[in-house]
Amino acid sequence: MKSNLRKIFASRVFIGGAAAIAIWGVLALLIAAGIFSRSMQSLLIQICYYVTLALSLDLVVGYLGDLSLGHAAFYAVGAYSGCAFAVYTNLPLALKFIGGLLVGGICAAIVGFLISCAILKLRGDYLAIVTLAFGEFVRSIVKIIPGLGGTKGLLGIPSFDSRVVGFTASYIVLVLVIVAIYNFTHSRHGRTVTAIRDNAIAAESVGINIKRTKVLVFTISAFIAGLAGVVSGFYKTSITPGDFDYNVSIEALVMVVLGGMGSIRGTVIASAIIVLLPELLRGMDEYRMLIYAIVLIAMMMIKASPKCRALKEKLDGKINGFRSRFTRKRAK
Amino acid sequence: MQMLISTLIDGLNLGSVYALVALGYSMVYGIAKMLNFAHGDVIMVGIYSIFVCLNMNSLPVPVTMLICVAVCAVLGFTVEKLAYKPLRGSPSLSVLITAIGVSYLLQNLALLFFKSERRFLQNFLQLGSIQIGSFELPVISLVIWGTTLVIMIVLNLLIKYTSMGRAMLAVSEDKGAAQLMGVNVNRTISITFVIGSALAGVAAILYAAKYQNVDPYTGSVFGIKAFAAAVFGGIGSIPGAMIGGLSLGLIEALTIGFLPESLSAVSDGIAYALLVLMLILKPSGLLGKKKVEKV
Repeated sequence: MKSNLRKIFASRVFIGGAAAIAIWGVLALLIAAGIFSRSMQSLLIQICYYVTLALSLDLVVGYLGDLSLGHAAFYAVGAYSGCAFAVYTNLPLALKFIGGLLVGGICAAIVGFLISCAILKLRGDYLAIVTLAFGEFVRSIVKIIPGLGGTKGLLGIPSFDSRVVGFTASYIVLVLVIVAIYNFTHSRHGRTVTAIRDNAIAAESVGINIKRTKVLVFTISAFIAGLAGVVSGFYKTSITPGDFDYNVSIEALVMVVLGGMGSIRGTVIASAIIVLLPELLRGMDEYRMLIYAIVLIAMMMIKASPKCRALKEKLDGKINGFRSRFTRKRAK
Repeated sequence: MQMLISTLIDGLNLGSVYALVALGYSMVYGIAKMLNFAHGDVIMVGIYSIFVCLNMNSLPVPVTMLICVAVCAVLGFTVEKLAYKPLRGSPSLSVLITAIGVSYLLQNLALLFFKSERRFLQNFLQLGSIQIGSFELPVISLVIWGTTLVIMIVLNLLIKYTSMGRAMLAVSEDKGAAQLMGVNVNRTISITFVIGSALAGVAAILYAAKYQNVDPYTGSVFGIKAFAAAVFGGIGSIPGAMIGGLSLGLIEALTIGFLPESLSAVSDGIAYALLVLMLILKPSGLLGKKKVEKV
């Protein structure tokens, strides 16, 4: 009985769930008590949807190993379709939000499915450039679709009155996404995805269907990016084609790369830091993009240099040793 | 008729500059097997160097042009040495991300030094126009076409008939084998970068002569479209870059000229749509070689 309880308490589900609720509790309390400034409150919501977007890109870049520079496209499709649903329907706000999420996610997923079917043959640089071109193409198409506001943007998207509710809604979406991605990457499907990343030919030779897996990952990733788009629309109350340019894709990529591609925890932390960075470095706003650029180059160089690789292996070994000692103690 | 001809001339002008830039992409891709995202931004730096020479220091135009090409070549060389060389042999994802980083770095440095507003050049290469029948042909168009054509021919000869050119071909075919045959691979790649960037400098001059303005994002937008042209024509092929650039320029000019006002917002998307379609239907481009993957 006792050991059963202990098992439950030590399980990842319990720890993760408790942590998620605790973080939400603390932040919601801080918002409700008015300790956070207004800008800080809106930053929290921004963190939620940027993390969601970065996680969706991480599925493609980190886990599948394909470079997508057009995630803004899925983000835009999700945002526009979900927000248009909310603007043009007559429902209570909560239903508008949930319906918008579903519509946005599904529309983005359909686009993701179609484009991934089309680009299956491409790899590496070509894939990157096609996704980039596709993103810019979507952005220019949005301008001429009637009902989406053209270059002026879609206005009058409903929003949550209280910041606590707005934050909670965005936070719930984020937590659900994290749980979904965690479960996906730790499932059989997730392992096939990483197998393809590590060696596509070997993966194919043991019977993994590369094409189907790639389409699956792109579709899921597009769905999640669509969710992020809807959340961002509900926060901003108006979206313009300019919100979804190439820079958004790059910013998401910086988050993923900085978080150490293929790591959920890393992506969450890196995205939060990057969203908070302008607030932390007040007055340094001019240098923000410059810093991104340098971070990108530096990360890649550090990864490539043999000295750093050796150092990292040593550190990883130490951390693993420490961790295994720690868990052994706990098991006793 | 008048309208059609002037649209075509516009398209050829744009297309020639695209072709020059596409050539830079193509050469670097063929030899270093990397997508040099920062190539477009080298052009932007080149135009700013013209701006600094002409507007701020009022140097004579020929000196300005020389400085522009030199600045671009040196920049290309430096970027290659500092950012790309340490990553040789890394997965293409890392190299690509680094190139994006360099592109961002150049853009933001320009933003920092020159601010985001559009700068206008003072009468750079204003050559007037000549009268042909009832039609006025701007001299600058002739200059642009002539320069592009001459560069294409010279480059083709250079690659076919000099030992350096043959070294480039060898490296693009098989790096390892070329090294075993005594080709200095690192130097060949550096030279390619220098030539590609010098071409970007020439493109910067032509662009500046045609449009007379620059902002920090000029290069990246132009660069991506030129890259589209390179891929369209088949990356790695010099005539391909030429055909790709010219067709893209013509298509863009025609869509801007003849599409109804309500659809003009899409004209920007045309290049991208074309690129996506081309890569999906024929990933190796019009004149590209098909790559066979070996296990």
